[in-house]
Amino acid sequence: MSEQSVEITVNGKTISAEPGEMVIAAAERAGEFIPRFCYHPRMSSVGMCRQCLVEIDTGRGPMLQPSCMVPVSPGMTVDTESDTTKQAQEGILELLLANHPLDCPVCDKGGECPLQDQAFSHGPGESRYIEEKRHYEKPIDISSLIMLDRERCVLCDRCTRFADEVAGDPLIHFVERGNATQVMTYPDEPFSSHFSGNTAQICPVGALTAKPYRFKARPWDLEQANSTCTSCSVGCEISVHSSRDRVLRYQGIDNDDVNWGWLCDRGRFNFESIHAEGRVTEPLIKTADGHQATSWNAAMSITTELLNESLASAGASSVGVIGGARGTNEDAWAWAQLCAALGIERHDPQLGDGLPAALLGMPRATIREMASAATVVLLAPDLKEELPVLYLRLRDAVVNGSTRIIEFTSTGSGLTRHAWRSIRHGAGDVGSTISATFADADVQAQLSSGPVVVVAGRGNLATSADVEFAALQQLMTAVDGATVLPALRRGNVVGALQAGLAPTSAASDTTSTLTAAANGQIEVLVLLGSDPLADFPDRDLAAAALNGAGRVVSITGHMNASTVDADVVLPAAVMSEKTGSTTNLEGRVAPIAKKVNTPGVARADWMIAVELADRLGHDLGVSSVEGISEQLTSVGAGVGSVWSVPFESSAVEVNVAPKGGYDVDLIVSRVMYDGGVATASSPSLAGLANGRSVAVNPAVLEQLGIDSGEMIRLVSEHGSAELPVCPDDRLDRGTVWAAFGQPGRESGFGDVRSLISSSAPVSRIRIERVS
Amino acid sequence: MTSFPWAPGFIDGDRPKIVTSRFQYEDSHTLERYLATGGYEGLRSVLARSPHDMHEEVRSSTLLGRGGAGFPAGVKWGLTPDGVFPRYLVVNGDESEPGTYKDRLLMERDPHQLIEGCLIACYAAGLSRCFLYIRGEMALAQERVAQALNDAYAAGFIGKNILGSSFSIDIVLHWGAGAYVVGEETALIESLEGNRGMPRLKPPYFPAAIGLYGQPTIVNNVETLSNLPFIATNGAAEYTAIGTESSPGTRMVAVSGHVRRPGVYEIINGTTTFRDLLYGEEFCQGIRDDNELKAFVPGGGSAPWFLPDQLDLPFEGRLVGAAGSMLGSGAIMVMDSTTDIPAAALTLTKFYAHESCGKCVPCREGGTWLMRILDRVVEGTGTTDDLDLLLEVGGSICPGDMPHAASADLQLEATPFPYKMTTICFVGPSAYVPVHSALTLFRSEFEARVAPSRTRSRIPVTAVGAGS
Amino acid sequence: MARLTDENVTLAKEIIDRYPRAKSALIPLLHIAQEQDGWVTDEAMRQIAELIGVTPAEVLGTGTFYEMFKFEPVGKYLINVCGTMSCALLGADDLMHAAEEELGIHEGGTTDDGMFTLHRAECQAACTEAPCLQVNYRYRFRTTPVEVRQLISDLRNGRLDDEIPPHGTLARVRQHIPADKGVGAVDPSQVTSPPEWITASAEGGAS
Ligand SMILES: Cc1cc2nc3c(=O)[nH]c(=O)nc-3n(C[C@H](O)[C@H](O)[C@H](O)COP(=O)(O)O)c2cc1C
Ligand code: SF4
Ligand code: FES
Repeated sequence: MSEQSVEITVNGKTISAEPGEMVIAAAERAGEFIPRFCYHPRMSSVGMCRQCLVEIDTGRGPMLQPSCMVPVSPGMTVDTESDTTKQAQEGILELLLANHPLDCPVCDKGGECPLQDQAFSHGPGESRYIEEKRHYEKPIDISSLIMLDRERCVLCDRCTRFADEVAGDPLIHFVERGNATQVMTYPDEPFSSHFSGNTAQICPVGALTAKPYRFKARPWDLEQANSTCTSCSVGCEISVHSSRDRVLRYQGIDNDDVNWGWLCDRGRFNFESIHAEGRVTEPLIKTADGHQATSWNAAMSITTELLNESLASAGASSVGVIGGARGTNEDAWAWAQLCAALGIERHDPQLGDGLPAALLGMPRATIREMASAATVVLLAPDLKEELPVLYLRLRDAVVNGSTRIIEFTSTGSGLTRHAWRSIRHGAGDVGSTISATFADADVQAQLSSGPVVVVAGRGNLATSADVEFAALQQLMTAVDGATVLPALRRGNVVGALQAGLAPTSAASDTTSTLTAAANGQIEVLVLLGSDPLADFPDRDLAAAALNGAGRVVSITGHMNASTVDADVVLPAAVMSEKTGSTTNLEGRVAPIAKKVNTPGVARADWMIAVELADRLGHDLGVSSVEGISEQLTSVGAGVGSVWSVPFESSAVEVNVAPKGGYDVDLIVSRVMYDGGVATASSPSLAGLANGRSVAVNPAVLEQLGIDSGEMIRLVSEHGSAELPVCPDDRLDRGTVWAAFGQPGRESGFGDVRSLISSSAPVSRIRIERVS
Repeated sequence: MTSFPWAPGFIDGDRPKIVTSRFQYEDSHTLERYLATGGYEGLRSVLARSPHDMHEEVRSSTLLGRGGAGFPAGVKWGLTPDGVFPRYLVVNGDESEPGTYKDRLLMERDPHQLIEGCLIACYAAGLSRCFLYIRGEMALAQERVAQALNDAYAAGFIGKNILGSSFSIDIVLHWGAGAYVVGEETALIESLEGNRGMPRLKPPYFPAAIGLYGQPTIVNNVETLSNLPFIATNGAAEYTAIGTESSPGTRMVAVSGHVRRPGVYEIINGTTTFRDLLYGEEFCQGIRDDNELKAFVPGGGSAPWFLPDQLDLPFEGRLVGAAGSMLGSGAIMVMDSTTDIPAAALTLTKFYAHESCGKCVPCREGGTWLMRILDRVVEGTGTTDDLDLLLEVGGSICPGDMPHAASADLQLEATPFPYKMTTICFVGPSAYVPVHSALTLFRSEFEARVAPSRTRSRIPVTAVGAGS
Repeated sequence: MARLTDENVTLAKEIIDRYPRAKSALIPLLHIAQEQDGWVTDEAMRQIAELIGVTPAEVLGTGTFYEMFKFEPVGKYLINVCGTMSCALLGADDLMHAAEEELGIHEGGTTDDGMFTLHRAECQAACTEAPCLQVNYRYRFRTTPVEVRQLISDLRNGRLDDEIPPHGTLARVRQHIPADKGVGAVDPSQVTSPPEWITASAEGGAS
């Protein structure tokens, strides 16, 4: 409670409230629950349902007022139980139920329905409404994930307010008026928001339901555990709901530091992949006839043997471990300890698609600090696509706060419309663009007006990490006192880096390990939940590396492109199948809960590391996840703490060659739905990936005489790809953009990754007609 | 005492005229006529005074708002928070309250008077842009005001540096599109922002503090503003010399329904009584066909009904409030002895149910429910229980005592205005007001139409299904 | 079908410019779309959304709130018979019946030839002239059933073409703010100081 708290009286009890707090919230904290439907603490109050009316006296006599819209004031008296209040609340509940179908037994919300609950607690007990109820066509799809039953809707404005105020996607709206009012989308324009699932969660009745959960369970059959989403590194707090050993849904939990209760649709719905086909359930060994299932003992013996042999014959540099950013802190710690024990220096949780670990050595900011900064500089991928809930937080900071965004981008982003300055740069000239921008007096004034937080990530996968990191270093030098919020993407990348999986030097990162493998210098390549064939930007190098590596050991939950041909495949537990902790992008350590059992004999990654160490003659000193957690807590990585580890950083030099013949910059970045395993193996999401295509400025297409949808050929020094084209006027004429990692549904579609070479700082291309 | 064919409904008379003085001319809407009859002289004189000075003049005139609430304009202008700019003027020309007819006449017949009023208000209150919101269904008013604005711009009365002064302002004509509730000032602002016309909650959204685009905004009615040229030209003293101290000046009143001579009259405020209006020779000349007066609605469809008992009340807000109703928008609807009271009440309940914006549950659901119950009572398929149900459903919209008139016959004491309400604006309660008035004052007419009680259907809420 | 004509787009932009925020032009632009086509088409709503920078769902949401906008074709003449209290007291029902009979349709319907749509309307601010009706928002006061039949026949025969434009046309006179006279709209966030005449006239008037 802050110092200047306000004293008010609720039902005769004196309570202290925060200044500016609404009566409904203050009363609730004091144990007086006032019924409500439209009120939501994370959205503006509209006072629409009138259910929260209570008698409030501010010195002019008691007046019926919506407690969701009246801020506390000193000396105020609130009566939530007076006759007038009761008459109003009961009357309104009866009216709310008047047109509400009595279909609770078949309604998904039954059992956790605020309308149902409050009808019991605050309702009149019976309804006198005998007329015909309103009828609408039964549930209609308003998007591929959400269904709307307008008969159940009580028009509380929560979903529509969420879409407009929070997500910034006002694609659902009230239409018609009065008694005919309904929530609707525009004809043929679905509610295709990255955040649509939140509306089903906040709907106070069963009007909006999420298709992946429809008819799956009754609330009273569900078991719940608090956990953390690891679909990206924002680390939203969730509640995992399961029944009969299956995860049935994730619900967002309001965490004040992180997600404010929201989730993105990818994070909310990709739990489906836990129970998907394609899970690896037993250890597999490659034989002449393909993979054969085997026992853990046999598989571990072989792996131990492979490691022993290569360490003995070719030394520790012949072993590489790639991955680890998808597991828990405990997994990463155990693997880091194993590598250290064996002297393995080649380990890297990133796949050439992030930034050097030195990023974490810069002065760091939290999400809260970002959201209250005067200026946020974006040198990052499109947050709306890659770190969606961070986008919500930053959008809120701009729309409802006074934060201003200076964005450096090649393509524009979901935040461009909220940016104070959105500055375009080509692939190689981000450094000079920053210098030019900062020369502006208004920009300087803005930067010195208050705290500056730089959100830094890898904006373009077709440009090397060095080029982007050099720009960040330049930026940090240019702005005194700026702090960095790392926008690295993978769920536990910060945890993995800080737990010791960061490469010891540039010579042991993923790119150099893959290069070594391609050159035949790697005997054992361990893929720790990683899929370089699909995820490493330079596809040709990844393919050559998997070919050139002596043996490939893959530890994975799902079969993936890189695993198909692995020599040993070890089945791994995925999130919700193991306990532990995870670290989000600000370094905040949060719990991971086990809610269901692993399929088959799959194990947590840390167990595999501990056993391998044991078999190789090293004792890691732990035998349980709790043991590792203790170790982590002792280095400041206990659940609840914000954990940071020092990293050395030296100035990065880059040399971008002048353009020559290839005069178009290739920009490649991720979008929310791609061919990645979590999306691809979640049936509800798999269809949402757009598929491969390339976006080009319409004037360029006109010049070339190419229509939207036709194939064009992109040619770089390293390769070429043919892809269908779509015009996009956010791009300037010198850039083309393609989404990374899209499934190639149609045969004959090329992959933009064949244009990217990890040895070239930028990817430059030519556009050609396909004759 | 004539009516002019070009000003349908308006009935002239030998009374002081403030806002209708030009209605006698067929071309009263033209700039030529306006200038020939002292038009824009008020503006000219105002520009020579300080804005503060003019504001004080309006304050001392006690010009009451004519939109319904009767709040003094000069006081309202002073409610804007200090130092917050820009501030806007929004002109409420959405006239839609049942029975109300005056703003349309003022816009059609004397648009320049309104424009001059807007200019004076903006000057005096430091409002830097004016939006003139005209109800969509008023095509002629739209045309007349558009023409007047075009002419006034051309003549230099609107725009940059008006009449060579530092006063610069645009007046933007805005078209409504048919929604009664948009007449409510916060809904008007929502509508002007391009949104659904759903009222905002006051507090915090008092327009003078947080209005259009979140800026301080003065919303004034067309008739209110049309009084300003007179006050500017003749001074507050001459204005307050007419009418009473609490209700000075004149006001326009439309009397419709079962009177001999329905029409729009500019009457002296505060002293003219309902009897004068309904029976006076220079006004409505009595009830049609010499029938008895049964009841009348004194202040627009939202106002509780009066009986002949209240005829001697003058047009004075406080007195009418104490008697159980309100003056509202200056609209009287008269019902003679032939009137089917339940059916008459139904027309109003239907209106408000239809015009609910849908925001508040009690209005959205309750209004329609009231309408359906009343409908079956009128159709003759209701029961005595339905009459109680009407009052109970109404109680969910207006908990507590409802205002109503006194009746000697029924031995009823008056309950004064206003009522408690569970809704944001008055549309919800207004669906109940006619039901309550009619049932309270004419219960026997309802009882005569309904069958005795059946066992009332009550659906236990437990049918909603068991929880966990 | 039916995007706005170039001429109407120019007009739309002129109107948008009058408002400090473009969304304020939403209702006026819907009127222009309705004037062009007689009703508001899906295409027009999409285009309006682009012009003022909102989603089509927002245009639909606002548009459907208001009675006057029609989202499917209506007759060339929309007859609105007022049915609120004053008109009801003086015979509105008789007018409606006469119109229904003469047109051979029920309230809410449109004639097969697409000439007429008949609606019951709410109070038209002409209560002293009850019963009244509007054809495309042009009044007929103190009307009788006989006059209603005559009116319909006159409309059918084109005798009122001069007086009553087809449905959608609201005002035949438009406001135009001359470029050299208009003050112009400014986003409120760009202004913080009092208007010039207030500062100029700490003493005396503005002139
Ligand atoms: C439901 C409702 C409808 C209203 N309709 C109108 C209207 O049509 N015209 C009007 O001037 N005021 C109307 N008002 C009153 C306005 O809210 C506001 O008080 C008025 O425009 C202020 O102007 P004034 O102070 O000049 O009277 C309405 C109020 C309510 C609650
Ligand atoms: S009372 Fe009715 S019209 Fe007024 S805000 Fe509430 S729902 Fe809308
Ligand atoms: S919760 Fe306050 S009005 Fe709905």
